[in-house]
Amino acid sequence: MIAVRGLRKAFGSQQVLRGVDLEVPTGTITIIIGRSGGGKSVFLRHLIGLLRPDSGTIAVDGMEITRLRGRALDAVRERYGVVFQGGALFDSMTCGDNVAFPLREKKKVTADEVARRVEEALEQVGLAGVGRKYPAEISGGMRKRVAIARALVTEPEIVFFDEPTTGLDPVLVNAIHSVITDLHQKFHFTAVMVSHEIPEIFRIADRVAMLHEGRIAAVGTPEEIQASANPVVARFIRGEPDESA
Amino acid sequence: MSGGSLSVPLRPFEAVGRGVTGLLESLGRFGTFFAEALATMVTPPFKFRAFIDRVHYIGFRSLLIIILTGAFTGMVLGLQIFFTLSRFGSEAFLGPAVALSLIRELGPVLSALMVTGRAGSALTAEIGIMRITEQIDALTVMALSPQRYLVIPSILAGVVTFPLMTALFDVVGIFGGYLVGVELLGLSRGTYFGEMQTLVRMNDIMTGFWKSIAFGVVVTWVCTYKGFHVGHGAEGVARATTQAVVLSSVLILVWDYFMGSVLP
Repeated sequence: MIAVRGLRKAFGSQQVLRGVDLEVPTGTITIIIGRSGGGKSVFLRHLIGLLRPDSGTIAVDGMEITRLRGRALDAVRERYGVVFQGGALFDSMTCGDNVAFPLREKKKVTADEVARRVEEALEQVGLAGVGRKYPAEISGGMRKRVAIARALVTEPEIVFFDEPTTGLDPVLVNAIHSVITDLHQKFHFTAVMVSHEIPEIFRIADRVAMLHEGRIAAVGTPEEIQASANPVVARFIRGEPDESA
Repeated sequence: MSGGSLSVPLRPFEAVGRGVTGLLESLGRFGTFFAEALATMVTPPFKFRAFIDRVHYIGFRSLLIIILTGAFTGMVLGLQIFFTLSRFGSEAFLGPAVALSLIRELGPVLSALMVTGRAGSALTAEIGIMRITEQIDALTVMALSPQRYLVIPSILAGVVTFPLMTALFDVVGIFGGYLVGVELLGLSRGTYFGEMQTLVRMNDIMTGFWKSIAFGVVVTWVCTYKGFHVGHGAEGVARATTQAVVLSSVLILVWDYFMGSVLP
């Protein structure tokens, strides 16, 4: 389980996170929603150890990670897979080499095993045969799927998705969501996803948390969130502007 | 403390203080970046393939520009020094004058400046683009050190390639001087090379060698640092690239003076 307590972060005078409390149960897909610029990606970057909070704690299976450095933090990251918003594929490598990279660098596996697992990972995201292409030669949706394949090829316990469907058409959004749910059923990883895709996310989430003005405004099952009486949540789901906006 | 809390006459002092602390902070980050690279360098694994790629990128791909600038620098030196020496009837010293100018000063400095313009700027841009497209973050969250893949191979490649390129620059420059002094202006071949062998000492060669190694470290350190600490978007990459070239060039000249005054 990931347990976040009182997470605060400011950039200069701008307070982005004002005391975030959230629990992500093991094996679930938890999706964080909220307005653009509301700190969702900043929150995610704290979970993956790319930012340090001003105060507050993040515990991964009981281990507090916000003060970890170097190898201790790397040991936690070994359990992670991360899909970045733009894919973050290494543009000097082919898609196949991108997927193979964490295997070659982190796992002691033979070249044949790497090739087999790369082909399998690409097949799982519906991209069998694109291994020889470079990221610049494929579409945005394909790049995101290659990024998912790269994040999952090492079979991580926890996978973070930073807006994996941003900028894609509705068909591709559903395709990516299907890939994520299929892989989740197969590997049973814990997933934390930041997304704007309402109402599509309600079909794949086990839990939904809404981040609003630096705090978790509501958290619950998709049904609970959709039935929420919290006006901030209700307005956001209906796509209506805030009163403060 | 916010600027608004100080009275107007004190605000210039606050601005100066903020500038000084900002500068010290930058210097601290710059030093820490290098210290982290050194600490990573002494722990395995060593990324040999990345190192070879960088040697190719920084060294091999700079050969043409080094040969061209080396040749013309030697030719200009040959021409100018010949006419200066001829006023004193000392044309015989053209060879050593060209060689010493190149080996002690111009070879290391000009080849470092050329490589900064060609490879250093590209290094900053490449790492900067990797930073803004989250490729460096991707390495970090894979529990892989970006320093190990991007910085250390570049610095080591700088240490290896800069002396080699300086040596090439020197040799080509000396033959450029020969072309002008001997083939065009009529000095004898024996005089040009004979006096050079007499007057150029090992100390001179080692001075150029140590300078070129130092420049290799400075240029790759500055250029990778600027790439790692790039601002936002394309404009941030452009600014970082410009800063990397300007700062590297200034440091080359400043460091050249210090080393020139310390080394024999």
